[in-house]
Amino acid sequence: MPRPHLYLVAALLVAFGLSRFSDQIDPYFLDVGMGIGINIILAVSLNLVNGYTGQFSLGHAGFMAVGAYLSAAVTVFLGPKILGADGGTALQQGALFFGALVAGGLSAAFAGLLVGVPSLRLKGDYLALVTLGFGEIIRVIFQNVEVLGGALGLNGIPAYTSIFWVLAVVSLSVFVVLCLVHSTYGRGFLATHDDEIASEAVGLNTTRYKIVAFVIGAFFAGTAGGLYGHFKMTITPTGFDFTKSIEIVVMVILGGMGNTIGVILAAILLTLLPELLRPIAEYRMVLYSFLLIVLMLVRPQGLFNFKFVRTKT
Amino acid sequence: MAEFLQQLLNGLSLGAIYALIALGYTMVYGVLRFINFAHSDVFMVGAFIGYYAGKLVPEGTIWGGLLVLAIAMAGCAILGMTIERLAYRPLRGAATLNVLITAIGVSLLLEYSGQVFFGAAPRTFPAVFPSANFSVGGLVISSNQIVVIVVATLLMIALEFIVHRTKIGTAMRAVSLNPKAAQLVGINNDVVISFTFGLGSALAAAGGILYALNYPSIEPLMGVMPGLKAFVAAVLGGIGNIPGAALGGLILGVVETFVNGSQWSTYKDAIAFAILIAILLFRPAGLLGKFTVEKV
Repeated sequence: MPRPHLYLVAALLVAFGLSRFSDQIDPYFLDVGMGIGINIILAVSLNLVNGYTGQFSLGHAGFMAVGAYLSAAVTVFLGPKILGADGGTALQQGALFFGALVAGGLSAAFAGLLVGVPSLRLKGDYLALVTLGFGEIIRVIFQNVEVLGGALGLNGIPAYTSIFWVLAVVSLSVFVVLCLVHSTYGRGFLATHDDEIASEAVGLNTTRYKIVAFVIGAFFAGTAGGLYGHFKMTITPTGFDFTKSIEIVVMVILGGMGNTIGVILAAILLTLLPELLRPIAEYRMVLYSFLLIVLMLVRPQGLFNFKFVRTKT
Repeated sequence: MAEFLQQLLNGLSLGAIYALIALGYTMVYGVLRFINFAHSDVFMVGAFIGYYAGKLVPEGTIWGGLLVLAIAMAGCAILGMTIERLAYRPLRGAATLNVLITAIGVSLLLEYSGQVFFGAAPRTFPAVFPSANFSVGGLVISSNQIVVIVVATLLMIALEFIVHRTKIGTAMRAVSLNPKAAQLVGINNDVVISFTFGLGSALAAAGGILYALNYPSIEPLMGVMPGLKAFVAAVLGGIGNIPGAALGGLILGVVETFVNGSQWSTYKDAIAFAILIAILLFRPAGLLGKFTVEKV
């Protein structure tokens, strides 16, 4: 991809341009669009860990929770003090939201570091379970923090998330992940995925690569959590349980592990699918899980993976 | 002291249920080396079969209760074998991740189908066994706890017999040790795997009924948490190791009950995962598992 920075600038401009017209778009489509965007960020960031680096993590929702709670805490508790009683100008609110998203992302990244350092020594099924365990522990901790609403969740989060912010973070996450894996440094992720022993033999510090992938993935999961919180305006610990993690994992698998474009398409498809299946309301989740099984049986390399199949795990 | 013993008793009866579910995970892992995520939902289906069968038999009789138990175990054994045949067998030899995702898919399918067919609202499980409370020296023992402990013990003895004293059990151990070599000596791996699924699912169904007797509110998502915890129990004892799963289940049940009785009760769901993480970091082979060196 030549001159990726130009693509990023172009994407940001498009996001800004689109947000100018957001009044004229049907609110339903806008809502679905933002939901899609948040899922794309989650799936693309998890793809760095599960797809490119080949480390199966089942705890992505946990990092999303950390980001969602921390950024919501910034806008709910610090926001009124910073902006004053009148709520501040749009620009001030934007700056606050930006700060909140960065804070959410960094705290999630820190959580990723704490989780990643001990657990990335494990492989395969065991790694999946430990990350699942950590994700659930994070959720239970939030359930017990009374300041953040406990089991009832945190309400009254300002609705700062707009289509501009979602698109901006989507383009940023796709940009970072693509540039990273196509850089010289990033070849290490792919090498770790392809053959860990061989990578170590040629002198790569595979543990370090795994942790870096994990921390970056957690960072974007955190920002996605921040966007989610300021989009739904209320967050509860149960919203970040392991079904959410599985939902993200399914997007990565369907898209084809280590295939960013495919993962984006899968995120779009899987967010739209429940909406499209709404007419058959109660059967839609049955159909969804059934399709998942059938897909794994007939097209295990992922729906959108047209490249040479890498079946190694 | 009486309170300690009471908690220990409650913990053991919860642990016995975890142990029954954990046995299914550990046996399947033994022969196929994968985590059968759908196992926790087979447990749920077992409880629901028990619910419907319980309406047909007279309430509060031992024979009625045992009949319900047998129907649920048979039903789930068939369900387990069907799942294996349709979803897992075509993926034999595929990448671990694909099998794992399929298992998650089967789990979701059972949960959502359960919500459609059984309804999402919780239901009260009928008291199929006679219920009474006995007090022995300050301890309150409910008849359900006795049923749980007796049934679980008998089933584990039966399992031990099947695995160590029968032909099919020997075949199971052979497949678990080395599938290719087992095939070479004339074992039909598919039959053995199918049998393992049936056996594990029957135990899960028994666990489901016993769980529903003690916590008599059943709903389609009831299997998720006990299932995860039973899996932790299997890892704790050493996955693939049958006595280990029983030991792990008992330990987990007791620890959880004590945490639940302490001031940290709101963290009771986290304690299982904390144990899981600790055991995987410090002794990944589990308490009774044998550590194998990875060959390069």
